[in-house]
Amino acid sequence: MAELRTEELTINMGPQHPSTHGVLRLVLTLNGEIVTNVKPVLGYLHRCFEKHAEAMTYPQVIPYTDRMDYLNSMSNELAYVLAVEKLLGIEIPERVEYIRVIMAELQRIASHLVAIGTYGNDAGAFTPFLYCFMDREKVLELFEMVCGARLLYNYIWVGGLSHDITPEFITKTKEFIKYFRPRIKQVNNLLSYNKIFIERTANIGMLPQDVAVNAGVSGPTLRGSGVKYDLRKEDPYSIYNKFDFDVCVGTGEYGTVGDCWNRYIVRAYEMEQSLRIIEQALDSIPEGDVHSAVPKRVKPVAGESYVRTESPKGELGYYIISDGSLNPYRVKARSTSFCNLSVINQISRGHMIADVVMILGSFDIVLGCIDR
Amino acid sequence: MEITEIYNKLKKVFGDGIGDLKTDLPAYPFFFADASKINAVSLFLRDEESLQFDNLSCLSGVDYDKDNLAVVYHIYSYALKHNIVVKCIVPKSAPVVQTVSDVWAAADWHEREAYDLIGINFEGHPDLRRILLSEDWEGHPLRKDYKVPEFYNGMKVPY
Amino acid sequence: MENIFTQWFGDNLLTYILIPVPIIAYVSVFALYAVLAERKISAWMQNRIGPNRTDKFGLLQTILDAVKLMQKELILPSRRDNLYFRMAPYIVFTAAFMGYAVLPFSSVFIGVDLNLGLFYFFAITSIGVVGVLMAGWASNNKYSLFGGMRTVAQIVSYEIPTALSAIVVVMLAGTLSMQKFALIQSGGIFNWYIFGGPGSPIKIIIIPIMVVSAVLLFLSTLAETNRTPFDLTEADSELVAGVHIEYSGMMFAMFFFAEYAQMFAVSGIVTTLFLGGWQSPFGELIPFLNTPVFQVFWFLAKGLSLVFVQIWLRWTLPRVRIDQLMTMCWKFFIPIALVNLFLIGLYIIFA
Repeated sequence: MAELRTEELTINMGPQHPSTHGVLRLVLTLNGEIVTNVKPVLGYLHRCFEKHAEAMTYPQVIPYTDRMDYLNSMSNELAYVLAVEKLLGIEIPERVEYIRVIMAELQRIASHLVAIGTYGNDAGAFTPFLYCFMDREKVLELFEMVCGARLLYNYIWVGGLSHDITPEFITKTKEFIKYFRPRIKQVNNLLSYNKIFIERTANIGMLPQDVAVNAGVSGPTLRGSGVKYDLRKEDPYSIYNKFDFDVCVGTGEYGTVGDCWNRYIVRAYEMEQSLRIIEQALDSIPEGDVHSAVPKRVKPVAGESYVRTESPKGELGYYIISDGSLNPYRVKARSTSFCNLSVINQISRGHMIADVVMILGSFDIVLGCIDR
Repeated sequence: MEITEIYNKLKKVFGDGIGDLKTDLPAYPFFFADASKINAVSLFLRDEESLQFDNLSCLSGVDYDKDNLAVVYHIYSYALKHNIVVKCIVPKSAPVVQTVSDVWAAADWHEREAYDLIGINFEGHPDLRRILLSEDWEGHPLRKDYKVPEFYNGMKVPY
Repeated sequence: MENIFTQWFGDNLLTYILIPVPIIAYVSVFALYAVLAERKISAWMQNRIGPNRTDKFGLLQTILDAVKLMQKELILPSRRDNLYFRMAPYIVFTAAFMGYAVLPFSSVFIGVDLNLGLFYFFAITSIGVVGVLMAGWASNNKYSLFGGMRTVAQIVSYEIPTALSAIVVVMLAGTLSMQKFALIQSGGIFNWYIFGGPGSPIKIIIIPIMVVSAVLLFLSTLAETNRTPFDLTEADSELVAGVHIEYSGMMFAMFFFAEYAQMFAVSGIVTTLFLGGWQSPFGELIPFLNTPVFQVFWFLAKGLSLVFVQIWLRWTLPRVRIDQLMTMCWKFFIPIALVNLFLIGLYIIFA
């Protein structure tokens, strides 16, 4: 009998595919249903952010950072603004710092809700997706109340904020916290502890600690591997050192530490911690003027600064070089998803097509951030 | 560990491969490293017991000045919680830097990006292709002297 | 129904053409409103409103959707296998529809009461898988091919537990005729096969077995109709839409229709085998509720409740992976079904 001829099948997952979370293209090499190689092809959403930034003044870059990781614009703005402020060496009013932290944490909740919801959708459960988006809507309403925009805010300015918050915002936020605590449990019961969901995600896409650290993976993806590393604790920026919160890591409650389920559940835990931070910040927020430190002209001296922050997706850094003019000489964004995604080939080999979808979803990538 | 200590340690091992420590600029102090020794330097940084720089946070390609390109490494240690900034400077005429992707896997895509946008060649990189731009794009856009091409595959570029 | 129609219209060709008309009418109306029900139920589960723009409560929604689909251009992939590509939707739809021929809607209302009814049903619904494979192959699309291959693997595997759990009832009833299954289970809810069927009080001991068999049959048929959590054929997050990818307009609607038609068909089988078919749950207590018109009501009520459960599951559960699906079938469903079969055999011998 002639030998049965088998060959590997190459399929293109994306750029238009429901579960690549944007316009990512994965070239999968398959042996039956088993994936033998994954080759990510990036750049479909490349908007030359870094080149544009060189032609803008410093404050003009902020709206561009909004559009990097469009699901967590506040954190992007915060990171960029912190880097510019470091160059300028200016002192920020305390009220501004508090509001920034509140916004960043609200944004973290919103971003994690999208991550959890879309992850459920990747697994085939559509209902949790809508539940999450319903709650995210409430966060977006808060943002709308404070700055008028729902997705791309341009809220955090160099040295201050575009608008002060109102007492109404504080009451509404407190109401939201009250409403949201039980909702986390609800989503957990519906999705996180669902037997089929655990079967789908536990022990899939193992990312060992040393590989994760070496590959520059960060955020919930890193903590899912059991590394207790959160920049808010380890290298506190803004005023995070004033608040009491826990760093959540994957515990291996189901599956093993470092698999998709643990990466996923870290996000659910973290929302709870974000609520804690917001509560503390709301209770102790001082009075003050949010515009008092905004410089008339942002013109730092020649030099450079690198600031890294803990965005919802991980370590977001901005490397800014100033040549003493009004425009930055070079802006480099150390994008979170870019680094997280780079391990995908390593950890999805040997799994099935359906698992690649789950692995990709567990990184919570945003293509605006990867391609810039 | 303080940056001066780390610097002195490196200086002792690598001698001329390490330039002066610059502290006069705002933000991080940094030093230059020889582009042809950066691989050994980073391997030392990672594996030396008292340094343990296990995480390359950021690798940026920079159009440094009129004649030079630079690669900037922001390196952190998760274990010991210290950090350094290392720069490699190479002339635009021969922009070749040793790869560090075998030391830190994180450098893999960052180096591809630096190659793509700035045009720095990383010697020894396993898969040095363009990453953000399409494969047949010409030029390296983040260089200061970059001119946007008129046409790309017959399509008009400037709108 | 054959008898009534021949009485009314005489024994000629026209009669035999007329017999399927009420069934076709039912299937069409059911499929249209099952789609609407699915959308409405999912909307309620997700705190949405659902379709509400066409007529009251969106009652015309799916009808208008169908009209739209008919108007749409059929976009055909240029490198398709033309014959198979065009044939596939019809095969799938026909197979789903032909199962209805043996569904006993009431004691007089059945397409044709074959003495091998159940056997016919399993045979004919399996033909659908040929259509799906054809569609997957002929689309000349790798995703479609994957979808098609998965379906074949899935349906062929799940036919075994389906048949095995059905055989449990066949053994007890000693027949394969769908009408007889329903007839045997007369006399109230405790004579249904899920409660051990008619017989002496000793049947209590087989109630757990029968419940397990019923659940097994329901789940396996769920897998055969490719509904979530077993909808690996479509698996929109992995295979985009599986075999449906390259189909557009009315050809897609055929697949869509077939799925919903099959939903009720398999519910009808579970109803007939385990839930007393068209029998009233009150048995002879209220004889009025056992007239043929009410029998239709009971059958639909039971069948539609199961359809509701299918919809409910779909909007609650995530999807399983292909290997887990197969593991579930070969390592759990089939052994359990075999044990059930064995125990029922013992029961028949000794009781």
